[in-house]
Amino acid sequence: MSEFMISPGLIMVLGAILIPLLNGSLRAVVLLSLPVMTLAAVWMLPADASLQVAFLEYTLEPVRSSVEGRLFATVFSIMAFVGGLYAYRQASTAELTAAYIYAGSAIGVTFAGDLVTLFIFWEIMALGSTVVIWSAGSPSAYRAGMRYLIIHLLGGVILMTGIVAYVFETGSVEFTSMQVDSPGTWLILIGFLVNAGAPPLSAWIADAYPEASPSGMVFLSAFTTKTAVFALLVGFPGADILIPIGLYMVFYGIIYALLENDMRRILAYSIVNQVGFMVAAIGIGTEMALNGAAAHAFAHIIYKALLLMSAGSVLLMTGKRKCTDLGGLFQSMPVTAINGIVGALAISAFPFTSGFVTKSLETSAAANEGMLIVWLLLLAASAGVFLHAGIKFPWFVFFQKDSGLRPPDPPANLRLAMWLFSFLCIGIGLMPNSLYAILPYPVDYQPYTLDHLVTQFQVLLFAGFAFFVMLKQMRRTLTISLDFDWFYRKFFKEIVSEFTSQSSVAHQAREQQALALLNHLVDRLYRHHGPQGTLAQAWPTGSMVLWVAVLLGLLLVLFYI
Amino acid sequence: MSERKHWLYRKENLPKLWVIQIVILMLALLPEFFIHHHHYFEEQGFTLDASFGFYAWYGFITCAGMVALAKILGIFLKRKDNYYDE
Repeated sequence: MSEFMISPGLIMVLGAILIPLLNGSLRAVVLLSLPVMTLAAVWMLPADASLQVAFLEYTLEPVRSSVEGRLFATVFSIMAFVGGLYAYRQASTAELTAAYIYAGSAIGVTFAGDLVTLFIFWEIMALGSTVVIWSAGSPSAYRAGMRYLIIHLLGGVILMTGIVAYVFETGSVEFTSMQVDSPGTWLILIGFLVNAGAPPLSAWIADAYPEASPSGMVFLSAFTTKTAVFALLVGFPGADILIPIGLYMVFYGIIYALLENDMRRILAYSIVNQVGFMVAAIGIGTEMALNGAAAHAFAHIIYKALLLMSAGSVLLMTGKRKCTDLGGLFQSMPVTAINGIVGALAISAFPFTSGFVTKSLETSAAANEGMLIVWLLLLAASAGVFLHAGIKFPWFVFFQKDSGLRPPDPPANLRLAMWLFSFLCIGIGLMPNSLYAILPYPVDYQPYTLDHLVTQFQVLLFAGFAFFVMLKQMRRTLTISLDFDWFYRKFFKEIVSEFTSQSSVAHQAREQQALALLNHLVDRLYRHHGPQGTLAQAWPTGSMVLWVAVLLGLLLVLFYI
Repeated sequence: MSERKHWLYRKENLPKLWVIQIVILMLALLPEFFIHHHHYFEEQGFTLDASFGFYAWYGFITCAGMVALAKILGIFLKRKDNYYDE
């Protein structure tokens, strides 16, 4: 440790303390400059930077430079900047402060060189994000935040147990590529997967995020799941088990999003879908696949935030979230609609958008490995993304029937934030080499071939055709869909309330019994000591004399024996 | 006087929208006559991916399948949206 060095993430974690102290334009300056300073710190850190601290008999490494870490920290900083711009007027002080601590600790994870540092930032993220959810202020947000916190604390406990077991086995706390071959590494993998939204606990994303404020969900969509992608990318590249898990997530997201009526829950399910692509690619594990996962995460954060900013603007201006209440908004909210459509095209990997040049790395990696089934499923899923997010979201919110709502576009800072991310979605799509240059491995891939362009247009346009042909089958209903959270929201709740009522019956019976016993005792006491009792007929002095006489008599008898 | 309906929402324009969509789909299929697709899985004896219009019908069929699957699962999974309300 030759020079002074702090984790770039701490700039935002510590800087967030200023947010509640400042107001007005000064606060805006802090909100916008903290991510810029963080980004500068990320890129000024030398490529071999490492800060080592002795702790007990281990060596912690709170700062370690890596190409993967730099890539994720870069997009996290950009996200915090644009998110801050989007949020600073509408969001509460608590939400902004918590969101910056949350974003900063996510960046802290990307520079963690050891598992202890990683775990500490991991847990700060869980707390920060819970406060972001609670900041919406509604009772449903409070309950959803509580469920969210419980799931993440559970994930944290599993991760911690895994880390302890791993350190016990290997004697090292270093965060590096691991094999899933021991209880410790299995638990660490499960801990990471909980945050990625993997089955069976995927439901927490669609349960909690849509309860946050319009800006809150923009922050939430970016950090937790993508930090988990980063951790899997560094910790478990090429772990075969991740391929089926990722594929399950991909189709889970599509099916549930197709069933969903709430526009922000549609986008929440779509997060699971997108992270599924990345998890499967990490499982494939070739350099191209890992590049694909990293690039897709980068692009995804931007277009998913853009979609949620568009949905958030609709929520802010109309107060409505359900597709059944919305429609026809393109007429009075053209800016929101255009930006929502750009995000929708990017998530669908339309040519000339960021999704096209990043997701294709993953599908091509599957093809290059000769994984036919995986490739066919990923191709179907790519079509399905257009179906559930690419068309469904803009169609039901901005078009379909005319709801008669005529809200204006949102305030200027929200519009500017959306334009910035739309610009990035198309910019990355047109100039993929600028993103390819900062990926973990050298890229030898050309997304813009005639073959790729033609096939991608065909898949997407015919997927769109399927949407309109089957539009009647997708009529929105006022429903939600059961998921794993049914177990802890209904099943166990019913069991607990059943137990409560049964045990209160039992409790009453026991109480009656005890009362009867007590009454019996009182009765007996009363019978003997009450006004009519045998033992109460004489005055105490009289009975004293009686008992003394009895005792003396007994003594006399004993004396003679 | 009530606001005149937007062009998109007028009944008489619906057939036009369908025609536009079909024309776009035809245009997307046009290159099939000129280009040869890359064979990814020749070694495994799978050549369907390079056949005429594979990406078009595969995109359509899988999406229709996913909508149908969602519809079927919906029978079991859907509940009124106040299901969890306390």
